[in-house]
Amino acid sequence: MDALLLAANLIFQPHVLLVIVAASAFGMFVGAMPGLTATMATALLVPITFFMDPVPALGAIVAATTMAIFAGDIPAAMLRIPGTPASAAYTDESYAMSKKGELDLNMGVNLVFSVMGGLIGVAILILAAPALAEAAINFSSFEYFWLALLGLTCAVFMSSEQPLKGITSLLFGLAINTIGIDPTAGFPRFTFGSVELLQGISFIPAMIGMFALSELLRGAVTVDHQGAVVAQKIGNIFVGIWAVFKRYWFNFLRGSTIGVAIGALPGAGADIAAWISFAVSKRFSKTPEKFGTGHVEGIVDATSANNSALGAAWIPALVFGIPGDSITAIVIGVLYMKGMNPGPTVFLQNPQFIYAVFLIFILANLLMLPLGWAAIKASKQILRVPRNVLLPIILMFCVVGAYAMTNSPYGIIIMLVLGMIGWLMEEHGFPIAPAILGLVLGEMLEQNFMTSMIKADGSLMGFFERPIAATLGVVTVLIWGAMVWRSFKPKSGIIPGLDSPGT
Amino acid sequence: MTKLTRRSFVASTAAAGAGLGLGLKPSFGQGAYPSRPIQMICPWGAGGGTDATARIVAALLEKDLGQPINVVNRTGGSGVVGHSAIATAQPDGYTLGIITVEIAMMHWQGLTALTPKDYTPLALMNEDPPGIQVKADSPYKTVKDLADAIKAAPAGKFKASGTGQGGIWHLALVGWLQAMKLPANHVAWVPSNGAAPAMQDLAAGGIDFTTCSVPEARAMIEAGKARSVALMAPERAAAFKDIPTLKEAMGIDFTTGAWRGFVGPKGLPPEMATKLTAALKKIYDSKEYKDFMGSRGFGTVWADAAGFAAFASKSDAQMGTAMKAAGLAKG
Repeated sequence: MDALLLAANLIFQPHVLLVIVAASAFGMFVGAMPGLTATMATALLVPITFFMDPVPALGAIVAATTMAIFAGDIPAAMLRIPGTPASAAYTDESYAMSKKGELDLNMGVNLVFSVMGGLIGVAILILAAPALAEAAINFSSFEYFWLALLGLTCAVFMSSEQPLKGITSLLFGLAINTIGIDPTAGFPRFTFGSVELLQGISFIPAMIGMFALSELLRGAVTVDHQGAVVAQKIGNIFVGIWAVFKRYWFNFLRGSTIGVAIGALPGAGADIAAWISFAVSKRFSKTPEKFGTGHVEGIVDATSANNSALGAAWIPALVFGIPGDSITAIVIGVLYMKGMNPGPTVFLQNPQFIYAVFLIFILANLLMLPLGWAAIKASKQILRVPRNVLLPIILMFCVVGAYAMTNSPYGIIIMLVLGMIGWLMEEHGFPIAPAILGLVLGEMLEQNFMTSMIKADGSLMGFFERPIAATLGVVTVLIWGAMVWRSFKPKSGIIPGLDSPGT
Repeated sequence: MTKLTRRSFVASTAAAGAGLGLGLKPSFGQGAYPSRPIQMICPWGAGGGTDATARIVAALLEKDLGQPINVVNRTGGSGVVGHSAIATAQPDGYTLGIITVEIAMMHWQGLTALTPKDYTPLALMNEDPPGIQVKADSPYKTVKDLADAIKAAPAGKFKASGTGQGGIWHLALVGWLQAMKLPANHVAWVPSNGAAPAMQDLAAGGIDFTTCSVPEARAMIEAGKARSVALMAPERAAAFKDIPTLKEAMGIDFTTGAWRGFVGPKGLPPEMATKLTAALKKIYDSKEYKDFMGSRGFGTVWADAAGFAAFASKSDAQMGTAMKAAGLAKG
């Protein structure tokens, strides 16, 4: 307890609190800007933290990233531009809600459940970090391969109305993901001698293009008609939250748990947590047909999951110095610089610093409530802008965001090309979310498959030799088998939806 | 999209990091170089060791030169993208960069035509030798135990990792195997996305050993999950005194290392280069730089422009030999 008091003493200093509030505002802004991610917020803070004491340095990073993951939900709901990749999974659902005029409910749900999911993530980080890290470290490429394959199943759940089109879209995402340097052999593929193409299709410009630019194009062809942006005021965003919580408290717990589990795994972070929890939500929903029409249920799961994953990603980072996601990859460097070398000993040598990190996490999540409310209030102004003015402004943000990711015009080109493709796809009924998922998981899938094959000397049985891998493998094979079987089984003349409950 | 105000847009441009260095026109006749912000290109991602080195040096260089230095990450393509961006920039002194050992390797693979000769060398500031790490409960207590087991095993039985195919730690393995008179593919290389995933795979029991640098393996070693049995360096590392060198443990005189140095595009005016090298020397000798590198466990070496050029071309030749042996070189 002495360490806890010491930690509190370290935090509740005026200048530390000031750093936390300032970093929170910074994170809120960065997260809400398309193309500027929570990872980038961290990277931008690093040079500043060089010259800070350990506690404010870590406090700045924790506060900024916590805010950024939530703030990404704001442009997702208002403009269909995910502010960070962690919001991509439920961007369409949120946007559909605001088109229905339920923007205030959507924002309230995103804010409140982000806060609660974040708090659950921290609670588990505090209570079970060493034990969870011990479990997470046992994942090798065999387990990750199955995990990636299970993740791809989400695509099918997400596009249940027309599974074939969903799978086509997924395969498109996986296909363009092969552009660039082959992650295993280091061989250039589909680059046509271009240096820029060697870096592959950058995920964030692609995401901005497919979600936001395609929406802009749709808006542009109908700009003379009544636009998609429904005139709505943001009233009290907290109205109706309690009803949502009473109805979907289990979704909240499930989403947070999935978030913690995925977040604690090295190499999978908040974005993958959101995808998987959203798909799980739909799969087990009593009303899966409502998904896609602006239904709040899946958002509860996913928005809790991405914030709980954020805290959980610190688990392997603190215990083994292995990044749980791209943010903690940077954090580990900062920890070393501040003399807090990650490892089990950090809990013994510098417990007050670790407790301070925990306390800052709690503080940042609580701070998110008023700051998030203010951010939502401020951004509602955008909905008053006439559409013919708003559309070019959004385009400008898309361009800036895409450029920021690659620091070159290459990002803008990707954004424009994939935006065109995304628009054409949607015009013809192909969902774009599975393509984004293919981009997210493609490299993880390919690389883990290839390295596993090298390790197992080309034997496919290697995928079933380790206990966790075997379990995951059997589950995956059963799920895929059931889906294939059901799609071939004729049921009253129509091909049944792949997501109908019961196996 | 929280606040669509002018102020926040300006802030966002600044946040994008690139805006400052690019938008401003050179102001002529304003005295000595540098008279405007400098862009420092880093070919590797934010948060890695190269990025951290670039950022600490940039922060210190900024103090010395009195102009902002913006670190811009141009990542991807196994480093080709960033290295190309430095080489193709205007040699006006306002674009500098950090280059890494990969520049001596990628052209052998046919990924780019660039070699270390396509830059104006300024200073070599860091080199890290590879270590040999095994799982903590591995039966191999010393590097000799491991070497004997490798020699006795059929080709491809042992699996090692540490970086991508043809990366620096892969070549370290090849060099070590060759020094033991074994073929380059006697140990199968499992490509990974860098040292951290490889170390995790080692702890998870997926591979037999890693040949990444000891600083990269440090957290796992301190967590009691891995042991380092040898260092491929001429002498022991200051930060890891109890790890024997290959020469001490096996009598094998093979050393290599991953290095990082600062450069400008080719054709940088000599007076600018001299000024920058002098500034970098001051940084190298500073307490901040030594403390920073020490805290991360990174090795520090110094070579000025001429020394760096000679070092890089020696490294280039060594990598070429190793990559041809490993069957990684093209043509």
